[in-house]
Amino acid sequence: MTQAQLSAQHLSADWASQMRPQESLTAKAWRRFRKHKLALAGLVVLTVLILACILVPWITRYDPLKTNVDLIREPPSLAHIFGTDELGRDLFVRLCHGGRVSILIGVATMLVSIFLGTTIGAIAGFYGRRVDNVLMRFTDFVLSIPQLFLLLLFAQLLRTTNNPTLSGGPLPIIVIIGLLSWPGAARLVRGQFLSIKAKEFVEAARMSGCTNGRIMLRHILPNAISPIVVAATLRVGQAIITESTLSFLGFGVQPPTPTWGNMLKNAQAQMTYAPWTAIFPGLAIVVTVLALNYIGDGLRDALDPHHVE
Amino acid sequence: MTQYVMRRLLQAIPLLLLISFTVFMLMQLIPGGPMAAYENNPNISAEDLERLREELGLNVPKHIQYINWLSAVLRGDWGTSQITRRPALVEIAEKLPNTIYLSMVSFIIALVISIPIGIISAVRQYSWFDHVMTTFAFIGHSLPVFWMGLIFIIVFHATLKNPFTGGPLLPGGGMYTLGSVPTLGDRLRHLIMPASVLAIYSLTTHIRYMRAGMLDVLHQDYIRTARAKGLRERTMIIRHAVKNAILPLVTIIGLEIPVLLSGTLITETIFSWPGMGRLFFNSIERGDYAVMMGVLMLSATLVIIFGLLTDIVYAALDPRIRFE
Repeated sequence: MTQAQLSAQHLSADWASQMRPQESLTAKAWRRFRKHKLALAGLVVLTVLILACILVPWITRYDPLKTNVDLIREPPSLAHIFGTDELGRDLFVRLCHGGRVSILIGVATMLVSIFLGTTIGAIAGFYGRRVDNVLMRFTDFVLSIPQLFLLLLFAQLLRTTNNPTLSGGPLPIIVIIGLLSWPGAARLVRGQFLSIKAKEFVEAARMSGCTNGRIMLRHILPNAISPIVVAATLRVGQAIITESTLSFLGFGVQPPTPTWGNMLKNAQAQMTYAPWTAIFPGLAIVVTVLALNYIGDGLRDALDPHHVE
Repeated sequence: MTQYVMRRLLQAIPLLLLISFTVFMLMQLIPGGPMAAYENNPNISAEDLERLREELGLNVPKHIQYINWLSAVLRGDWGTSQITRRPALVEIAEKLPNTIYLSMVSFIIALVISIPIGIISAVRQYSWFDHVMTTFAFIGHSLPVFWMGLIFIIVFHATLKNPFTGGPLLPGGGMYTLGSVPTLGDRLRHLIMPASVLAIYSLTTHIRYMRAGMLDVLHQDYIRTARAKGLRERTMIIRHAVKNAILPLVTIIGLEIPVLLSGTLITETIFSWPGMGRLFFNSIERGDYAVMMGVLMLSATLVIIFGLLTDIVYAALDPRIRFE
């Protein structure tokens, strides 16, 4: 064997041990995500839940809004697997319809909150100094009043406007929760931007004439995206809990539109003799949020660039 | 140190002013305002309304109203509750101790339970105990507080019976049985459910922080040194590791004050606990401006003070941090 052949063989053997077959970043993340069994279970549960919410009109013949005096507070049975409520409406059907609204509010609120948080955090972290100081003091300001107190104040403000588009529907709830829940994301993104902007590739981008906006969007943001994705996943769950709390207290989405929160509003009065009206909507919230939290945990492992395999 | 505290206190003043101004202006946006109760009353004539407006100082521009309100608040005049006709400050001062009582008890329960759990979880990482506790923390983190309260009432009030009297095992709400002289036992029985709900609410976060803090410390060099010089595992954990691992928990406790206040609002409302959170909830439902404003300002002040205290305690506990 010649020297060249030898070294070629040596090289290829070395490469084979070092390199896996070409794998995209998404494929890599997915492979890691699947290793987190609970996250995978969360994903399955969440998918089933969402499918049930979407497909409910084709699964059962019950109407979520139609009342029936003959069926008031029926305990769970084969005909009504989760029982019926104080107006004789099927609880399972209402849960699925409520889930549509609750999950929609969760996702929409997350979008508002993550968008605001990312924008504010990115600007603060990127520009630093004065801008950073002003924006972070503003963040402190939003955080210094307990969130629920402020939410109730805003909700009351909207409720008393007597404007049908502003009071009672999901939209105002999305806006107020979104407007008050961005500080966490802002601090996270600011930290990311602060550390990434000191890297050489950002310097290189700047030297090749990139504008600040382009550096932020095309060079820093993609490198900061993993923790943002994780935070966004967890935020959906938190928003669902916040919505349910507001609706339970009577300041959220108003009946007859069902949400998991306002279904529990009447439950306190009747839970001694119809406990199922309190148990099932709450379980729906817990299962959904738990699934989301595990998915977030799985994503954290899957997207972490420093993850050792 | 004193200089640092003074500077932080001075920084807190503009923040409080900004909060009070914003909240004051927000309240002005609520239609009706302090006059709503009178405007809907047919027995009050237009002139009387005008006179009342004048008396309440509502005929001057908003920013003047704010300054008037601020100077009154600083003099101790927090306005009058529109529901009870008593000074708002008295209303709040009556309810605040009940909130402190409830939150302190639950806070202590939470710490006493979460610190050992967090330590054992970290020391025996990936053991069955760790798995059970991590799962418990995850579930607790996904529970809405109000629903946990409802389930507690269903189980301990509506379902389980007291074996001696045949009545409910635990009372469903209030601080003590109304219409009787409250005994210590009666007070404790009323305290169990709301305090447990609030404790579980903060427990889950505390366990996660304690575990993470402990894991972090256990991988430090000085622990390896302690192990290498032949210290018993137990001594090493208690004497060397826990001391440092508790630091992150201190920060989180300070930062959690707003979360805890939101938690007391929910718990007090569900368990009819006569505290500040329930007072705020009732005042917002009835449009009782003076009380609303008072509670908001008081809680913002508490949040800022606790933030400051946390920083001071943290720096005092961790010699690596020096005041600039």
